Amino acid sequence: MTTHAGRSRSATPASAPAVDTPVLATQELRVTFAGRGGRAGAHAVDGVNLDLRTGEIVALVGESGCGKSTLARALLGLERPSAGRVVFEGEPLRYATRALRAYRRRVQLVLQDPTGALNPRHTVYDAVAEGLRIHEGHARDERERVAGALSRSGLRPPERFLLSYPHELSGGQRQRVVIAGALILDPEVIVADEPVASLDVSVRGEILRLLLRLRADPGLSALVVTHDLGLAWNIADRVAVMYLGRIVEVGPVEEVLTAPSHPYTQALLSVLPESGASSPVVLAGEPPDPTRVPGGCRFHARCQVLASGRAQGVADRCRGEDPGVLEGGTEARVACHWANAGD
Amino acid sequence: MSGPAGEGVPASARALAWERRRRALVGFCRQYARNRAGLYGLGGLLLIGMVALSAPLFIDQAAISVTGAPGQRFESPSVEYPLGTDAFGRSVLDLVVWGARISLAVGFLATFVSVALGTLIGIVAGHFGGLGGNALMRVTDWFMVLPTLVMAIALAAVLSRSTLTIVVAIGVTAWPVTARLVRAQTLAVEARPFIERARALGGGHGYVMVRHVLPNVMPVVLAQTTLLVAEAIIMESTLAFLGLGDPATISWGGILQEARNAGAVSSGIWWYMIPPGLAIALVALSFTLCGRALEGVLNPRLRERR
Repeated sequence: MTTHAGRSRSATPASAPAVDTPVLATQELRVTFAGRGGRAGAHAVDGVNLDLRTGEIVALVGESGCGKSTLARALLGLERPSAGRVVFEGEPLRYATRALRAYRRRVQLVLQDPTGALNPRHTVYDAVAEGLRIHEGHARDERERVAGALSRSGLRPPERFLLSYPHELSGGQRQRVVIAGALILDPEVIVADEPVASLDVSVRGEILRLLLRLRADPGLSALVVTHDLGLAWNIADRVAVMYLGRIVEVGPVEEVLTAPSHPYTQALLSVLPESGASSPVVLAGEPPDPTRVPGGCRFHARCQVLASGRAQGVADRCRGEDPGVLEGGTEARVACHWANAGD
Repeated sequence: MSGPAGEGVPASARALAWERRRRALVGFCRQYARNRAGLYGLGGLLLIGMVALSAPLFIDQAAISVTGAPGQRFESPSVEYPLGTDAFGRSVLDLVVWGARISLAVGFLATFVSVALGTLIGIVAGHFGGLGGNALMRVTDWFMVLPTLVMAIALAAVLSRSTLTIVVAIGVTAWPVTARLVRAQTLAVEARPFIERARALGGGHGYVMVRHVLPNVMPVVLAQTTLLVAEAIIMESTLAFLGLGDPATISWGGILQEARNAGAVSSGIWWYMIPPGLAIALVALSFTLCGRALEGVLNPRLRERR
C-alpha cells in the first residue's frame, strides 16, 4: 500500500539531505487575541514548537477550539504571532509585504470549506490560475499549467471543468479545485486546515486518496490540521496532539496512536470504536477556554488519570507545575508529569 | 475547433477567455430576459435614450428657442402641436424630447460621480477598517446628515449656474448612501473564506479589493446606480424647478418651473405640466425596473431561488 511505502520513508529520516533544518518550523509560537472591554485575551496558540521536514506529512490533531486553525493561519503569516516565530528554511518569516508574497508562493493553504474558499463569481479556470496570476501575471503557458494542476488533483479531463462555476461542482470536486489552486505554484509546503471535514464520507475517501498520492511527491511537505484521528493515521508520518494552545504529545504516528502516553491522547483514542479500549473515557469538566488557561498542567482539571488517583505520586506537580513547552524535532515527546515519571 | 481534447473546447488561453466572456454574456442576457418587468424597463430606457440622442435630427433648434417659437401662446393640443404650446409658443412635445437630453445626461453623470466616489470610499473603508476606515465612515456620516437639498442649493448658489454645477451638487450629496451600502457588503464579502485564500495565495490589498471584493459588491453597486439615476433625475428636476438650473438649457424640471411661473396650474393648462412630470416618472420607473432585474441576474443566490 501507498501508506506503508510512505511510512517507511519517514522511518529513515537520515536519508533525507536536509534533515537538520526543517523546511517549516515554529519556535515558541504564541498567538494571543486581545480581549474586548477589559476581558482577558485568548491564548489561542500558547507556545508551540513544531518542525516540518521535507517530504514529511505531519497531522495536527485536537478538539475544536484548541488553536489548530490559528496555528495553521500563523504558519501562513495570516496571523501575526504575539511571541515566538515561524521559521521557513532556517530563516525567520518576515512580515513585509514583499517577503510575505514570496513566502506565500512556496507555502500554500488549503481551507476547510471548499464552497466558501472559491469565489462564486470565478470559474474553475480563474480559481486555479489565481495563484499563478498573482505571482507571474499572465503566463504564456497558463492554460497548460491550469490543466496540469487540475489533472494532478484528479479532475480529468481538465477541459470539462475549466469553464464551470463552483456551484456547478460537487463538494469533492470543489476541494480538488482548491487543491489544484494550491498545487499550481509547485509549493514546498501545503498547510491543509481540515481538508475533508466538510465533505461527505464517500467523498472524503477520494480526497484522502489524492493526499496520499501527493505524498509520493518527494519535495512536498504538508501539515494537515484535523480532528479526525483516522485521517491522521492514514496519511501522516508524525502526529502532534494539541490541547488548549499547546502541543501535549508529538511523535511518529504509530507510536502516538497505538501507544499514547498523554492522558488526553488516550481519551481521544478511547472514543474511537476501533481503538479496542474497554470503555471510552469521557472527559470531565468544562471544555477548555483559551481566555482562562488553568495553572499547573493545563489539562489537570479534566485529566482522567489524575482523577482516578493513578497519578498520586505526581499530583502536586500536575496541579502546580507547568510541564512546559515541548521541543521540536522528530522524536516522540509528551508534556505530562505522569507519563514522563512513569517511563 | 473540435480537436481530440474535447468537444468544442478552444485551445489557447485567449480563446478560452473569450469563450468564457461570451458564455457569461449569453447567460446574462438569458437570465435578464426572464424578468418581464426588467424588459419593460429596458425597452422604455432604450426608447427614451434613442429619442433623446436623435432629437437634433427632427427638432429644429430654432423652434425651441424663445424668440423663434413657431406657434401661439398656450395653444391646446392639436395635430400640429400634439402636446400644445407653452408660454412662448414653443411645442411642448419638442421641449420634453429636448429636455430628456439634459435630464438623462445630468442623471447619468451625477450618478457616475456619486457611485464611483461611494464605491471607492466604501470598499477602502470596509477593507482596511481600523482607524482610517472609521475616520472615512465618520466623514460619510457627516455628509449623510447634511440635508441633501439644502446642500445642493447652497452649492448651486455658490458655484456658477451651469449644468456641471448641478452634476457636482448631486454627486457630492448622494454618495454617502452608496458608501455605506458598499462598506457593509465589503465587510460581508471580506469575511468569506475565499478572501483568506486569496491572501494566502499572496494577493495584496489592491488585488483582493479589485478581483474579489469589487465583483462581489457590483450587484449592490449596479442596483444602487440604477436607483440613483432615477433619484438624480428627480433631484435635477427639483433644482431646476427651484430655479437653480442653467436658465439657458431646457430640462424637465426647467419646463415645470416655467409652467408654474406662467400660472399653468391655476389656468388649467395641463399639457404644459403633465408631459414633463410624466417623463420624469417614466424614466425613474424604467431605471428602477432595470435595477431590480439586474440585481436578480447578478446575484447568483437570488437567481437560484427563482
